[in-house]
Amino acid sequence: MNLPITWNDVLALGPIAVVFGGTLLLVVLESIVRKASPLMFWVTVGVLAVAAGCALATIGVAGTAFGGTVLTGGYASYFALVFSAGALLVTLLSPAYLLKRATAFTEYYILLLAAVTGMMVMAASNDLVVFFLGLETMSVAFYVLAGFTRQSVTSNESAMKYFLLGAFATGFLLYGMALVYGTLGSTSIAMLRSSAAAHAGEPLFLVGLGLLLVGFVFKVAAVPFHMWVPDVYEGAPTMVSGLMSTGGKSAAFAAFLLVFGADVLQSAAPIREVMAVLAALSMIVGNILAISQTSVKRMLAYSSVAHAGYILTGVIAANADGANGVMFYLLAYTLMNVGAFGVLSILETASVENVRIDDLAGLSRTRPWLAGLMALFMFSLTGIPPFAGFFGKYYVFTGAIGAGYTWLAIVGVIMSVVSAYYYLRLVVVMYFQEGSPDQVGTATGIGLASLVLPAIALLALGLLPSTIVNLTMQCF
Amino acid sequence: MTYELVPLAVLLPFIGFLINGLLGRLIKREAVIGAIGSAAVGIGFLIGLNVLFSMLAADPEHRTHVVELFPWISAGGLQTSIAYQIDPLSVVMLLIVTGVGFLIHVYAIGYMHGDPGFWRFFTYLNLFIFAMLNLILADNFLLMFLGWEGVGLCSYLLIGFWYDRNFEKGTTGDAAKKAFIVNRIGDFGFLIGMFLIFTTFGTLRFAPVFAQAEAFPVGAPIMLAITLALFVGATGKSAQIPLFVWLPDAMAGPTPVSALIHAATMVTAGVYMVARCSLLYALAPATMTVVAVIGASTALFAATIGLVQNDIKKVLAYSTVSQLGYMFLAMGVGAFTAGIFHVMTHAFFKALLFLGAGSVIHAMHEEQDIQKMGGLKSHVPITYRTFLLASLAIAGIFPFSGFFSKDEILWKAFAGGHIVLWAMGLFGAILTAFYMFRLVSLTFDGEPRWAHGKHPHEAPATMTVPLMVLAFLSVFGGVLGIPAALGGGNAIEQWLEPVFRPALDKLPHEGHASHVLEYTLMIVSVGVALGGILVARRWYRSTTGVPEGIAARFPVIHRVLVNKYFVDEAYDAVVVNPIQKGSERILWKGIDVGVIDWLVNASARFVAYLSRTVRVVQTGVAQGYALAFVLGVVAILGWLLVH
Repeated sequence: MNLPITWNDVLALGPIAVVFGGTLLLVVLESIVRKASPLMFWVTVGVLAVAAGCALATIGVAGTAFGGTVLTGGYASYFALVFSAGALLVTLLSPAYLLKRATAFTEYYILLLAAVTGMMVMAASNDLVVFFLGLETMSVAFYVLAGFTRQSVTSNESAMKYFLLGAFATGFLLYGMALVYGTLGSTSIAMLRSSAAAHAGEPLFLVGLGLLLVGFVFKVAAVPFHMWVPDVYEGAPTMVSGLMSTGGKSAAFAAFLLVFGADVLQSAAPIREVMAVLAALSMIVGNILAISQTSVKRMLAYSSVAHAGYILTGVIAANADGANGVMFYLLAYTLMNVGAFGVLSILETASVENVRIDDLAGLSRTRPWLAGLMALFMFSLTGIPPFAGFFGKYYVFTGAIGAGYTWLAIVGVIMSVVSAYYYLRLVVVMYFQEGSPDQVGTATGIGLASLVLPAIALLALGLLPSTIVNLTMQCF
Repeated sequence: MTYELVPLAVLLPFIGFLINGLLGRLIKREAVIGAIGSAAVGIGFLIGLNVLFSMLAADPEHRTHVVELFPWISAGGLQTSIAYQIDPLSVVMLLIVTGVGFLIHVYAIGYMHGDPGFWRFFTYLNLFIFAMLNLILADNFLLMFLGWEGVGLCSYLLIGFWYDRNFEKGTTGDAAKKAFIVNRIGDFGFLIGMFLIFTTFGTLRFAPVFAQAEAFPVGAPIMLAITLALFVGATGKSAQIPLFVWLPDAMAGPTPVSALIHAATMVTAGVYMVARCSLLYALAPATMTVVAVIGASTALFAATIGLVQNDIKKVLAYSTVSQLGYMFLAMGVGAFTAGIFHVMTHAFFKALLFLGAGSVIHAMHEEQDIQKMGGLKSHVPITYRTFLLASLAIAGIFPFSGFFSKDEILWKAFAGGHIVLWAMGLFGAILTAFYMFRLVSLTFDGEPRWAHGKHPHEAPATMTVPLMVLAFLSVFGGVLGIPAALGGGNAIEQWLEPVFRPALDKLPHEGHASHVLEYTLMIVSVGVALGGILVARRWYRSTTGVPEGIAARFPVIHRVLVNKYFVDEAYDAVVVNPIQKGSERILWKGIDVGVIDWLVNASARFVAYLSRTVRVVQTGVAQGYALAFVLGVVAILGWLLVH
């Protein structure tokens, strides 16, 4: 394959080019500036802001570049926007947190931008090879970030487990790609979708798709490949967990939706059945295990498994409602989960690394703003209107019902009720239980602002969901 | 460009609400808070005037504009936008709400002076204006309903504004709850009506709904259902039989609230809604009859209660219920313009009466019992004169504004052949004149009956200037609707004609009635009103003993009237108590605690048990995770190959 690569291709990449350029710039800067300089932080913020602007500007023009292997504009830009927004909030919350954990090393920002580059490539991939490139770029950065607080045993454990199991999953994914390439003679995702109907009867093709599915399900953290999630999220630096659970999951779902599009699911019925079972299991297992957790981070980790189940429901629907729902959901989930992890990162101190639910008793009196914001994020995660979390669920379930998966929607709704138990318990503990959480941290101005922003966005999206749905509808 | 400014008129009160609501506690300066609140409404009035003038310049057929802001909800077949319809009808309402609203905001700066909740008061007041403007400017039923609920919420908040005070047998909170719950019953009707409209027409926007309704025959059953359901909503919001009971209790709120919400604007929302849906009502003649009968009955019924009340605000409250009855009578006999005209003149004189009453209460240091007043004429001269003018207007004396609007309603009822309804309205007019001048005489004339320690004084300029402006409007507001019989052009009828044309085309045309008959009826109604005034002044200017004598002669009737026909007691016995008892014994202790709670607790314990048990699988050992991983892969591939 000998493709002429032109400047137009690079320009068309838009946000990807910005973030990748930013990563390279940081590598150079890192060796020039003093270690304590806040320059790296501000450059990262600037790069992500420019990337978000660039994504917003290019969302209306969809196309392909690099000989049709990379998607530009439209779908890719929408997700680029989600990633930059999430990463921007994570970046803003990071310096104070890293300082507390005595790991204020500036390499953090290089790795963070590298991870975002990988996510954007995944959401823009129109070829399995490109997808794999993005996936590994993101994953390797995350392996390192998970162990970034290297003095901490749990952080090291987290990195190690994530790396081992991640590598394991990658093996299955690659094998799946090889089998698909073997039957189709091409790695093009567009071609995979268009010729799925013709090859649906071939066992080799089905097994190939099945192995691809294993890789995806691992990356989105759904049952039965979810067991790494609680250990990794608990041990990794809190803001890294925030990014992994939102950006990482969104990127995996973005590619998931591209590969397992409507054509594939409609022709390969067994695959769809398996996915439906996995979605139901994720919702059930994630929610039920979240109930008995005592650590807030582990609770959020299991709830993230449950959310993977909800979102998977939208993928299975394989219709416009479902796809719009997945896209809307991921934006909402990114905002609310980064918010929840953000509150935790502020509450943690050098001595209290892992906030337990009981530690939050009486928080509404000592930290009224943080408690209020946390309550808002919990309401949105539960899916209570008028917050965006409600419409995310509403759209994916509507899609599932439209596609004849009413039972899946019913499971989802029932499990949402179960989730209210542990989300709202946090609110109850913060507001109605006596306690004196004085040993928890306080927010800086920037920290509070970067929590208020997603809170406002969640309310705005919940009141006017059509603004985003009008965007996502253009992407197909 | 003119029309595009209308959303700004809606938005400004909301901005005022946000500023005063979020920062009011910090601003503290009453002048600043009051200025923000008043300006937010006053600018809206200027925008409304601007729209009015450019509409006047336009051809009558091209005065309807829809300003679409953004799509709001799109779910399945339901597409709703935040969009405002600006036409002659909504402009009239816009000017009334912002104009009278502005004056009352200014008045409240003086009235609420020194109240610890000053900022909170203006916050609620601005939120109310925002909701009310959404109600009257909406281009679809859903946005109208948002406003409809919003004004109900503000009404609730403002009735219970002095939540630490007692009111009658309970607290102001009880009065607020009563208003809210009774309104909910009406709102339920509105909702049903809205659902029926959506299933019938597939849209909630006014223009397509009315366009499709044209195709329905007069008397179509679905139109009957829709209009009746909507009318249930109107009886709640506009305090008609049988849902009027909340309005007298709403007087627990501060007086500017009574003037703005419970007299001039919110309570007319039901009338506006019927007028907006005039075409649907015209297609359901049976509903029109119901509306007319309910209206005339309420007009008469509330007036009789007003005869014997001694709380200055209660008299005005029953008077409001009665006047709203006239408006519905107008709607029911197809005199839509006359009804809207009465909404307007009533807004002027009733707002003035309430503000005057507020000034009296202010002067008397929170005394509201007119039996303990008297002789206030010389102490509060401006209040007295403006109050007198408003009373003449509501009594329907020529040439004050109330004469033109009320007489138009009675004339249309008579000309349409509804002689009984006309007679009820006429009798109500006598009672109106009587109870208003009973009020005037007891309050301002005769000897002082208050304690010697009090020193009544006239209110500050922020309160008296709005009184004078409203007095001017109450006197001269009628010129907009001078009927042809008196050589006028009936400007408001011509103005609103295009809006009501489709409805009027569906109604049977009455024959041309002679001017002689119209003159005769005018003389009759002014004559009886004068009679009512003279009797009232004779009996109540000084202690004559006549009223007491009559009360002693007819003790049963007197008791029934003083106790407001025992309607509250009847509702308590038939509806409120059974529901309370039933929900306590059966629903709460039986079903909720016994069945639902048990089920919930049992399932919660089961899930928690499950959670603890399954948790053991999560060992933390990576090899174990990998093993589970492989098992998962095997299961998935097995499934795929078997199928």
